[in-house]
Amino acid sequence: MSQIILDSEDRALLGAEMGGAAALGMRLLLRFAEAVGATKFLSCTRAHIDGCLYHGQVSIDFVERFVALGGKVRVPTTLNVGSMDLIHPELFNGDDALRRDGTRLMRAHETLGCIPSFTCAPYQTLFRPLFGEQIAWAESNAIVFANSVIGARTNRYGDFIDLACALTGRVPDYGLHRSENRRASVHIDIREVPDDLPNDALAIAVGQAVGSMVGDAVPVVTGLPHDLSEDDLKALGAIAASSGSVAMFHAVGLTPEARTLRDATQGQNVPLIATLDAPELRRVFDSLSTAPCGSAIVAVSLGTPHFSIAEFDRLMPLIRGQKLKVDLYINTGRGVFAELQARGWDRELQHQGVTIVVDTCTYVTSIMRRLDGVVMTNSGKWAHYAPGNLGIDVVFGALEDCIASAVAGKAVRA
Amino acid sequence: MILAKPLIAGDAEGPPLELTTPLSFWGGLDVATGHVMDRHHPDFGRSLTATILMMEQGRGSSSGSSVLAEAIRIGMAPVAILLQKRDAIIVTGAMVAAELYGRNCPVILIESAADWRRIAACPWLHLSCRDGEATIDLSRPCGA
Repeated sequence: MSQIILDSEDRALLGAEMGGAAALGMRLLLRFAEAVGATKFLSCTRAHIDGCLYHGQVSIDFVERFVALGGKVRVPTTLNVGSMDLIHPELFNGDDALRRDGTRLMRAHETLGCIPSFTCAPYQTLFRPLFGEQIAWAESNAIVFANSVIGARTNRYGDFIDLACALTGRVPDYGLHRSENRRASVHIDIREVPDDLPNDALAIAVGQAVGSMVGDAVPVVTGLPHDLSEDDLKALGAIAASSGSVAMFHAVGLTPEARTLRDATQGQNVPLIATLDAPELRRVFDSLSTAPCGSAIVAVSLGTPHFSIAEFDRLMPLIRGQKLKVDLYINTGRGVFAELQARGWDRELQHQGVTIVVDTCTYVTSIMRRLDGVVMTNSGKWAHYAPGNLGIDVVFGALEDCIASAVAGKAVRA
Repeated sequence: MILAKPLIAGDAEGPPLELTTPLSFWGGLDVATGHVMDRHHPDFGRSLTATILMMEQGRGSSSGSSVLAEAIRIGMAPVAILLQKRDAIIVTGAMVAAELYGRNCPVILIESAADWRRIAACPWLHLSCRDGEATIDLSRPCGA
């Protein structure tokens, strides 16, 4: 086993000086550090936990072991989506056992002192990290956003280990916590973008192409339009982390560790593995749909990752005065939902028949009323997972396409 | 007798089952039956229960840790896992099951390709995995 150097804090944690829960967390972290070949630990400033989504009895047994030991998280810790919308529990149409266990799991995390954010977009909350912070985040889209768009530093933490980091305030010093591992090792150039693809759809086509080419490497992308928004980069990362295992990407001129190509590669020469032109990006865009344009649809789902307030700003003028023929779901976090309430937009949307889903997401739990046909989405990540999770077909489109389709009752381009 | 690196401690015996392609436990292992449920995997439909699973490396979502721990909890998992590359998802699932339920699914790192081939060719393995050293006995038959 690799030799791990423990400092005084690590020894105090292991010796239960910070309590039994922190000691158990540190023991797990030590084993994990051995498995990944780390040789020491670092302090982390915050954590994001992906353990509130129910995977079986072990999910509850794990977190309740720490509750029984009186555990409290040692750094500000946000929570990812759970199986339930605790604000609108009436939306859940699954079985009672999952309702009970899913709720119990979410509440147990609150008992440990975690912040009940229940969002996959913790970077859209007050707990957004700053450039250079060492953090322990789970949830693939949040990980890639933190590393790429913010320049905070996290590895792909996940089940169990995210909570161990939160309870100890420690992370193993390996991977993307270290500067040398954050340099791009492959280069992808966008030579030409299709005229008719808006930025949100373009970002997703690029993310899909990049993820499927690079696996878990750190890519640098050149040639993206310089007016891509933060939401576009969010969507790009989310699909790249679904079609591949991307934990970090650089976009020259757009992301903070890539002012130049040389900056992103830390001065090294890296291979150009692909150049993408307009026909190729159009082909990738079309490949995200499993049903043709023109298909009748039963619903539209937006907000995977969770819809931001800026996305609601874009949505409102598109939807005002429109009559929707099918269910329209928008997944978002509690913080953004509170802002909607302050603006009166939640009621306005409700009157138009829009279902706002909070604390969870339409593709991980049982909420959608109809699954007997085609669903339209503007989310690459939703398009990637929903056919498997829900057994439905999808048509993928830009936000404008999705609203036009909800009005038409069939998939159309705006 | 082969010496190897222990990642998670425990003792086990069983028949080796070598997968030609790494399997993501999340979406790949049906916990209730112990069978490979990923239709795209070459070993689709095979049972992993009570085998000594040999897989070059891990794969897929970190939710695989929960799936493995749940399979160990209900007794449908492999009795041990041999890897050629360290894998955090598998180690995490096995250590959580050991911690919560006292059920050990030892995980061992085999770095020598020659050792890997010798192990895979045996009908039955006894293994003992302690802090510091793992030993794999290729000569004792089933039940001995």
